[in-house]
Amino acid sequence: MERFIQVLVDGVATGSIYAALALALVLIFRSTGIVNFAQGEMAMFSTFVAWGLYEAGVPIGLAALTTIGLSFVAGIVIERVLIRHFEGGEVLTLVIVTLGLFILLNGLAGWIWGFGNRGFPSLFSEDTVELGGVRLSVESLGIVGVLLGVVGLLFLLFQRTKVGLAMRAAALNPAASALVGVRVGHMLMLGWGLAATLGALAGVLVAPRLFLDVNLMGAVLIYAFAAAALGGFDSAIGAVVGGWVIGVSENLAGTYVDFIGADLKILVPLGIIFVVLLVRPSGLFGTREVARA
Amino acid sequence: MSARTRALLVGGLAVAALVVPFLFGPYRVGQFTLVLVYAVAVLGLNLLVGYSGQISLGHGAFFALGAYTAALLIEKASVPYLLAVPAAGVLCFAAGFLFGVPALRLHGLYLALVTLGLAIALPQLIKRFDGLTEGTQGLTVEQPAAPGWLPLEDDQFLYLLCLVIAALMFLLAWNMMRGQLGRAVKAVRDGEIPASTLGVDLAAVKTRVFAVSAAYAGVAGALYVFAIGFVAPEAFTLTVSFAFLAAIVVGGLATISGALFGALFIEFVPVYASDVNVALTGVIYGGVLIAFMWVLPEGAAGLPRRLRALAARRRRSDDEPDTAVEGRLTQREGVA
Repeated sequence: MERFIQVLVDGVATGSIYAALALALVLIFRSTGIVNFAQGEMAMFSTFVAWGLYEAGVPIGLAALTTIGLSFVAGIVIERVLIRHFEGGEVLTLVIVTLGLFILLNGLAGWIWGFGNRGFPSLFSEDTVELGGVRLSVESLGIVGVLLGVVGLLFLLFQRTKVGLAMRAAALNPAASALVGVRVGHMLMLGWGLAATLGALAGVLVAPRLFLDVNLMGAVLIYAFAAAALGGFDSAIGAVVGGWVIGVSENLAGTYVDFIGADLKILVPLGIIFVVLLVRPSGLFGTREVARA
Repeated sequence: MSARTRALLVGGLAVAALVVPFLFGPYRVGQFTLVLVYAVAVLGLNLLVGYSGQISLGHGAFFALGAYTAALLIEKASVPYLLAVPAAGVLCFAAGFLFGVPALRLHGLYLALVTLGLAIALPQLIKRFDGLTEGTQGLTVEQPAAPGWLPLEDDQFLYLLCLVIAALMFLLAWNMMRGQLGRAVKAVRDGEIPASTLGVDLAAVKTRVFAVSAAYAGVAGALYVFAIGFVAPEAFTLTVSFAFLAAIVVGGLATISGALFGALFIEFVPVYASDVNVALTGVIYGGVLIAFMWVLPEGAAGLPRRLRALAARRRRSDDEPDTAVEGRLTQREGVA
């Protein structure tokens, strides 16, 4: 029983990381209708920057915070310089462009930092705490706490501030918001900046659990896609719940289903995406897509 | 392009392709054999992306499936080489069909997501079933040798064999895209609702073209085994799928001839790029995808058309500047 609860909590922790990246995907999808395939690689790049700062002697907490700030700026720049040109274009073009960014960032990271892998220090202590007779790692609890904090901040931003209101308006109806004085372009830049921030957070949280290399986020991106598809691509709550479901089922399957083991865990999100597409294409919390002929 | 120039171009290309193995040494000929292999896969992907507007980021997975099918049939079941090619094609057709049924009923984005997942998962799957695939060790396959009665070296024979099969696949694609399937596919791409009111079964057409495109990747995979004589999971990473996508964008979406140009690109760019830095290939692929979407969405095959249009506009603006301005205005309105 203790083992089961440990696996469960660990799953929620991993799921929280997926949820952070899924939230980034949802943020961008809601405001621009783009599924950003480069989200994972942007996060990987940020994580390498954090690693570089840490190697240069900056304490890991400060390095992570600095990186998250830099990622915010980088996200804004990417939207303004690259994505703006293609916004409102065909799906195919947008997929190819964000995928191009994916490959480009992957190559650049390989060029700068090489293709070897390296350890990444955890933001949390390696201790365990005893909760109700079950030993749980501080790291797992810390990750869940960070995610809940971030979700709370996002909620406050979108529901309680002027900027958040403007961002929601710009996403809902760009033309009408522009007419009432919302600077739609700025809101889109802000959205990409926030998404890059969330991605960087996911990267810094996941890197200690895996090894840091240029393909760090490849699988994580698929898990985040699955989380977003399960929750509904336009739902923030969906992304969080989806991330947890994916994290827990991945961990359970990896531990208790012999055939899957550690190697084939990646099949879990794929299977979930398939089932969601067949049974409920809009996801658990998403809005159904309706097209006018 | 008139029928006559086209015939001349195709004829010239055929002659050039036929003399290649007699002009270069074995190493170069081997590279050109790979160009043919990639051309078949790229053509298949272009049928899907260019003609039907669906996107697959995982054609490397079907390429791998075809390669492993051929390798296992030849090595473990002693199937003749030429039978392994259609077998790989048929198996990938079936796999593509099964895969496409759920994924294609929906938005094009989901297909991209699921196929990306497939491409990431496949090397793991190959390693997991190591009883069959020999895992990371890989499988060595004896390459086809030139029969005694032909005055050819092995590498020349291999090249010409791939050339014949590639030519057949190109001919087949060209015919298909002029026929009923091709018209239905283009109708779906240009407008799903109008196409469906004209009696096109959207899901059936999309699934069929996805399966055909997977079959092309499978045939290319089988040819890859002929050309390399070895398969291992490391050869079928995500990079392969990305290379195919870069090739269709460079060669030009929805063009048959662009596949050849794209294949040349993905065979020779990594060779020279890796002299500078192993990571350069990725940087070039990524940069090229973005740059082409930015300035030349029609790919290299669209360059002559683009240049002609530019020249025509310049001529016109020299003669009568007013109409040119007007033309540009109406064009802008058309876009908005």
